[in-house]
Amino acid sequence: MTDMKSRQRELQQSVEQLLQEAKRQGASAAEAAVSSDAGLSVTVRLGETETIEHTRDNGLGVTVYFGQRKGSASTSDLSPQAIKETVEAACNFARYTSEDACSGLADASLMATELPDLDLYHPWEQSVEEAIELAIRCETAARETDQRIFNSEGATLSSHNGLQVYGNTHGFIGGYPSSRHSLSCAVLGKEGESMQRDYWYTLARKGERLESAESVGEMAARRTLARLNGRRIKTQQAPVLFQADVAVGLLRSFIGAIRGSALYRKASFLLDHLGKPVFPSTINIHEEPLLPGGLASAAYDSEGVATRRKAFIQEGVLTSYVLDSYAARKLGMQTTGNGGGVRNLRINSGELDRQGLLQSMQKGLLVTELMGQGVNMVTGDYSRGATGFWVENGEIQYPVEEITIAGNMKQMLLGLQQVGSDIETRSSVQTGSWLIDNMMIAGE
Amino acid sequence: MSDLIQIAQQNILAPVGLGESDLDRMLGELTGQGVDAADLYFQSSRLESWVLEDGIIKEGAHNIEQGAGIRVISGEKTGFAYSDELQLPTLQEAARAARTITRSGASQRVRIAGTPLATQLYAPVNPLPSLNEAEKVELLQALDREARKQDPRVKQVIVSLVAAQDIVLVAAIDGTLSADVRPLVRMNVHVIAEHNGRREQGSSGGGARKSLDYFVQESRGLEYAQEAVRQALVNLEAVDAPAGTMPVVLGPGWPGVLLHEAVGHGLEGDFNRKGTSAFSGRIGEQVASSCCTVVDDGTLPGRRGSLNVDDEGTPSQNTVLIENGILKGYMQDKHNARLMNTVSTGNGRRESYAHLPMPRMTNTYMLAGEHDPQEIIASVERGLYAVNFGGGQVDITSGKFVFSASEAYLIENGKVTHPVKGATLIGNGPEAMSRISMVGDDLKLDKGVGVCGKEGQSVPVGVGQPTLKLDELTVGGTEQ
Repeated sequence: MTDMKSRQRELQQSVEQLLQEAKRQGASAAEAAVSSDAGLSVTVRLGETETIEHTRDNGLGVTVYFGQRKGSASTSDLSPQAIKETVEAACNFARYTSEDACSGLADASLMATELPDLDLYHPWEQSVEEAIELAIRCETAARETDQRIFNSEGATLSSHNGLQVYGNTHGFIGGYPSSRHSLSCAVLGKEGESMQRDYWYTLARKGERLESAESVGEMAARRTLARLNGRRIKTQQAPVLFQADVAVGLLRSFIGAIRGSALYRKASFLLDHLGKPVFPSTINIHEEPLLPGGLASAAYDSEGVATRRKAFIQEGVLTSYVLDSYAARKLGMQTTGNGGGVRNLRINSGELDRQGLLQSMQKGLLVTELMGQGVNMVTGDYSRGATGFWVENGEIQYPVEEITIAGNMKQMLLGLQQVGSDIETRSSVQTGSWLIDNMMIAGE
Repeated sequence: MSDLIQIAQQNILAPVGLGESDLDRMLGELTGQGVDAADLYFQSSRLESWVLEDGIIKEGAHNIEQGAGIRVISGEKTGFAYSDELQLPTLQEAARAARTITRSGASQRVRIAGTPLATQLYAPVNPLPSLNEAEKVELLQALDREARKQDPRVKQVIVSLVAAQDIVLVAAIDGTLSADVRPLVRMNVHVIAEHNGRREQGSSGGGARKSLDYFVQESRGLEYAQEAVRQALVNLEAVDAPAGTMPVVLGPGWPGVLLHEAVGHGLEGDFNRKGTSAFSGRIGEQVASSCCTVVDDGTLPGRRGSLNVDDEGTPSQNTVLIENGILKGYMQDKHNARLMNTVSTGNGRRESYAHLPMPRMTNTYMLAGEHDPQEIIASVERGLYAVNFGGGQVDITSGKFVFSASEAYLIENGKVTHPVKGATLIGNGPEAMSRISMVGDDLKLDKGVGVCGKEGQSVPVGVGQPTLKLDELTVGGTEQ
């Protein structure tokens, strides 16, 4: 811990040097961020060590403003000489970029003044040998689940500790250490001609909060086995249940559509929707940036602006965009403290778990994996490859593969009938499964 | 000793006082009983990017990265560490960390030696200063003007320009000493057009391992602007895409994303060594229709996916993957080649010094066939004609792949009719390849914008193909 404290002081000094150097070179304002991350990642496969990676990443970035013109530069080199050269490079760009009435630091009055400890740093003291042993336990559990598990892509244990410091010429400077640990496993199953692979992982800020190695392995194996002998289904319209880990992607697409940069570029299917219904009236969505131990918690955003709890959707109505100061000025609004994105997003959940939602759906498609990037953020048109299960009488009937699901995000959000109580907790965007009333399925 | 090695040594090693003998000594410390391979990878990269938006030059950014990655391999085990500081003590610390993969053994002497390359596929230029700042600004503005003057329905134009130089030096205990100086430039134009309240987008771009005047020559940059607007206007007219299984004709060039996803990834050596690919153990078998010959060719001069040498120092090659439908070979790096008792095909690539190399594609394309593209379209009664795509993805184990059309048309009674909205196409690699029934005589390579992601690492790649027809593929539209 003392090590981290002194390292944090070093990084703060680097940020202060960057800002001083920018001023010295004539910038009217500047902001700088420095980060340092160290970690260990081990992968085992078929019971043997496959890779041991020691990671150490440094990064430094500075943006300078000469009035309304700006320039940026970054480097992985934190030496004093590199700091000087990086600032020079940024200043050089500012000579050629255009006057932009909206550019500049966020307003000084919005800077965070309280920087509480959000409980984000829990280094995991473990040797390489202990990490390998844990990964082997995980993979072994997966391989011993069933005879049809015949091969493995291995299990990986990663543990990373990072430090980040941000400062600007308003006098704001903040920094905090954080940790992140994960264990993942992917195995292959075979039955007849069918060969499938699936995975599972656990992720936490504290090592002891990870799911047990054995349960991660077993889950990876069960997910793989469930996919064996998948078939296609007929082209048809049907209700679709997006399993929680997949529903996270839908929630992220919604957030992408209310992001300031998409809105001022008129590149969003939710343009001019503030104050209008976007979801059914049962839906509420909010963010909680100050959540202790949260995966995306921070007391200030990427511009030093104080973060705060807020609702994006209240009873289905869009109540806030996701804005940084630049997008806010473009739109004639105030920043929402979302420079760098949303932090710990939650949608209110219903009473039913996945099984309950299957019962509620009765007949339709349960989607457990999506493929491709087929979301058009300008029009909301949605078309993606899907894998999952066909459901009838509220029960899974058989695995389904090589189909697509399509619709339009606007209708899909309005057609969100229920959100499950089966919250996906491994993401900073948290939701249960989503039951959507109707989508087009393309298959045979 | 080749010029490239000299350039790399002057740029990376000389400033920190390292010489070839230091590399020999460091490699010597990596040897020992149980060590099958070990290498040092030094890299120095400079990247510059510019963005024009709303008619103004909004952003300019510069990035410098430098570091070294050290890898030690014993059997199937790999130890890896890296550092962004190039001082000898820091490198030795990283070497010790990587070396922990095996414990035993006394070190041996290593002498590295560079061998000159037969040909260079691109000049060792630094593209960053190849136009001055005022010229870069003018180029961005010219593309913005060109896009806006095409049509009053164009409401938003974003133009970006990226220039990068990547200098790499690799030394290995097998005596390898090799270097490359890689220029890479790319421009993109993204437009949004609006008509009667409907908004649609279009985008185009290109790039090469050349200096920035590539975009000025032959009005290439201006063509990207025209093309982006054309696509956006086509999409303004698009009706809902069909849903279901039908014949699909893919246009030439960029739709070669099909090959990258449907067969490319599945033929990478690591997946096949581990037996996790749908193509594992199938060399010599029919995996595509007999009109398909697919190669991975890193030796095309100046192209985005080309490399003089890969990131393990192996010269690039033209590797036949599928010949007349028969699976001929996999793409290999040194590690997987050794474990499969074969040799590297020059496909060992890594995103940076901070990443481990693995088998990756370079420029993957299908050779031309004999059909006139018009004849191919005329052979379809009802189907889809897709000419532009976004990205794709593949599950190499089940063989399922997707790729997303961004410009497509209906084919009705042998004629291209309405434009339809973007849709995802899904298929099974070997099955889809066996359903290719006609291959055009119009082989085209893409314009140089491809980025391939694998296990979190991104590398520049190229794709290409002639017009081709798949008798059946599932189209993920909304119209039954």
